[in-house]
Amino acid sequence: MTSTEGTRVSRRKLFGLAGAGVALAGAGAAAGIGIDKATSGNAEASTNVVDFHGEHQAGIATPAQANLHFAALDVTTKDREKLRALLKTWTEAARRMTAGQEVVANGAVGSGAYAPPGDTGEALDLPASNLTLTIGFGPSLFDGRFGLAGKRPPQLIDLPLFPKDKLDPARSGGDLCIQACADDPQVAVHAVRNLVRLGFGVTEVRWSQLGFGRSSSTSREQQTPRNLFGFKDGTNNIKAEEPDVLRDQVWAEAGDGQAWMAGGTYLVARRIRMHIETWDRETLDGQEKIIGRTKGTGAPLGQTAEFDELDLDVGGAGGEKLIPEDAHVRLASHQALNGVRILRRGYNFVDGSDGVGHLEAGLFFLAFNRDTRKQYVPMQQALSSKDAMMEYVQHTGSAHFAVPPGVTRDASWADALFS
Amino acid sequence: MTVRKTPSLAVLAGAAALVTLAACDSKSQPAAAGGPIKVAASDTACEVSATTANAGNLTFEITNKGTKVTEFYLYAEGDRIMGEVENIAPGLNRRLIVEVADAGKYQTACKPGMAGDGIRGDFTVTGGVAKQNDTNAQKAEATKSYAGYIANNTSALQDETVKFADLVKAGKVDEAKAAYARTRTYYERIEPVAEKFGDLDPAIDVREADLEPNQQFTGFHRLEKDLFKTGLQPDSAQIADKLVTDVKTLVGKTKTLELSALDLANGAKGLLDEVATGKITGEEEAFSHTDLWDFQANVDGSKGAIASLRPVLQAKDPALVSTLDKEFANVQGLLDKQRAGDGFKSYTELSQDQVKEFASAVDALSEPLSKVAEVVSK
Repeated sequence: MTSTEGTRVSRRKLFGLAGAGVALAGAGAAAGIGIDKATSGNAEASTNVVDFHGEHQAGIATPAQANLHFAALDVTTKDREKLRALLKTWTEAARRMTAGQEVVANGAVGSGAYAPPGDTGEALDLPASNLTLTIGFGPSLFDGRFGLAGKRPPQLIDLPLFPKDKLDPARSGGDLCIQACADDPQVAVHAVRNLVRLGFGVTEVRWSQLGFGRSSSTSREQQTPRNLFGFKDGTNNIKAEEPDVLRDQVWAEAGDGQAWMAGGTYLVARRIRMHIETWDRETLDGQEKIIGRTKGTGAPLGQTAEFDELDLDVGGAGGEKLIPEDAHVRLASHQALNGVRILRRGYNFVDGSDGVGHLEAGLFFLAFNRDTRKQYVPMQQALSSKDAMMEYVQHTGSAHFAVPPGVTRDASWADALFS
Repeated sequence: MTVRKTPSLAVLAGAAALVTLAACDSKSQPAAAGGPIKVAASDTACEVSATTANAGNLTFEITNKGTKVTEFYLYAEGDRIMGEVENIAPGLNRRLIVEVADAGKYQTACKPGMAGDGIRGDFTVTGGVAKQNDTNAQKAEATKSYAGYIANNTSALQDETVKFADLVKAGKVDEAKAAYARTRTYYERIEPVAEKFGDLDPAIDVREADLEPNQQFTGFHRLEKDLFKTGLQPDSAQIADKLVTDVKTLVGKTKTLELSALDLANGAKGLLDEVATGKITGEEEAFSHTDLWDFQANVDGSKGAIASLRPVLQAKDPALVSTLDKEFANVQGLLDKQRAGDGFKSYTELSQDQVKEFASAVDALSEPLSKVAEVVSK
């Protein structure tokens, strides 16, 4: 950061103090108060930046933030070099924004009175808010347009149609995707808005989705959140503290098919409409049997605490299984799926109302896995055909992306794919 | 639907005059114990030879003198079905024997065209045993009453499905199209029961959009597609035969089904959920757009289950009963506005405002319905 970025006073102070915040953390509450005063009310000084660089892209196994703005885009040019250049531009912009900086230096008000500002400005004065930006490539990017057909990973399949799908083409597919997650929704929206702006002439937005209330946790540090059905969601999710499981179930390796994807993963995005009103009329007993967990603690039926191991065979009165055959947790469990797991990163959404007075609401399901053919597809096939919850949900959007590996300080999102 | 309390003499054919006179003679007289009560049904009247009877086994002899297929019902308060006879073709005589143990106000009804509330008349039962209030006995009575409702609908379902399948097999496309929605009515009324039998419900009622990989598209909606969209296919007759087989299996299985009062409560709610997610959106009948027929049948089925539970609910939460009556009537009022002939307008003719009005009325009914299970469980 340079001292010429004079407009972003509070954010600059934050960065100045970031190191100090870490050092002071052990000193307890008094130190926290000191930081609060020094930064005009921002207590997140020491923790609000997620490193953009690394072996894997941030925004996958890093702790899930509170808010999401997801965009799927189509490439409108046929010029391979333009696409490659845009990916480099995007990388630089993402590098800056995830660090809490404007998309270009002095962009919001410092680029002259007679040009539109280089940064749209709505994130000025806001902290970095743990913003992560994650990019993915859809199956359609690997058609003939850019000479990439030979680079398509075998795992990046066109998803099959699942029973009860009611997919809206206007909410499905895409050549590229950008996942922006942040603790402040305005920061996430700002990031996507500016990347889209940089892409005009090369890309156009196909569809996008806002999400709130992360519906899963990716770290044991985090409390398990609740979905719009009021249940804890993602208790059994893969956690950052399980590197072996991440290695086996999430991260692609060079030998998996396409060497350029080593360290990457595959993202399945599904917009799942929930019929909130009919669910709310379901009895508590009925709700718990559909999910397979208690609503209060989130314990599996027959157990006492949330993280108690699922026992799919625990019996109740009359020899009936306490977790019914069509319960969601049974069908989605790795016990029922030959050990298969996925890393979930979904968000709740409410897109207003649907025109007949019902909430247009649900779960925007984002999941990362190493091989969609072997992980997501069999899981969703089991759920679509048997899950008691399917009475209350409908899949209305669907997309699949190859998420390339992370980048080093001088590299770009284009490097792996175009190397 | 207009409820005609007194039959119009002018429309009665000469043959019916005798019965009319008999009715006048016996109007204030209870029917002789066990003696048959004659019912002359026509397209516009429902002439019952006695309007009072002593408690016990009552026998009704129904003659259809009209031109439409008709039905006859004896209802207790809240349209609880004491007994019914369906599918009485023109010219036929059918008999209904029904045990009425309790004194009270009842209603008779003929339903020419098998649609709507029917032509109603008051019917008073005197004497009989004292009303019991034991909850368990009431619940047992409720499930017995509902089992009767199921039996009536499954038997009609079987008859109508055989006829429908025959029309398909004979290549009579227009007649099969006309029979399609009516045949499904009997299925949609009892769908929560059908859903208890694993693969039978999908085999009979799966929608094309919900097919699983490698699942064959069979049942009503497959024939719906053949009739209304693609034209009959080489295997349409085979599909029709399979539908008849599956329906017969279902009917057989329902005979041994043991339901609890809670099953009735949940079934009543489940039927309205079907309306809220499948019929209001026009998803169910993607090719024929006869969703409003299903809507009516789901409401009928829900109402049937609640009617069976009525004595239990009345004893525990009378306010809930009157709320349900009011909201059922509200939904019915909206449906009646969309009637066309013996059935309903096409879903595609509804305006967005009308769809919204339906959704709102179904929500208003579904909320109190969702409380029934708790009241019953007390």
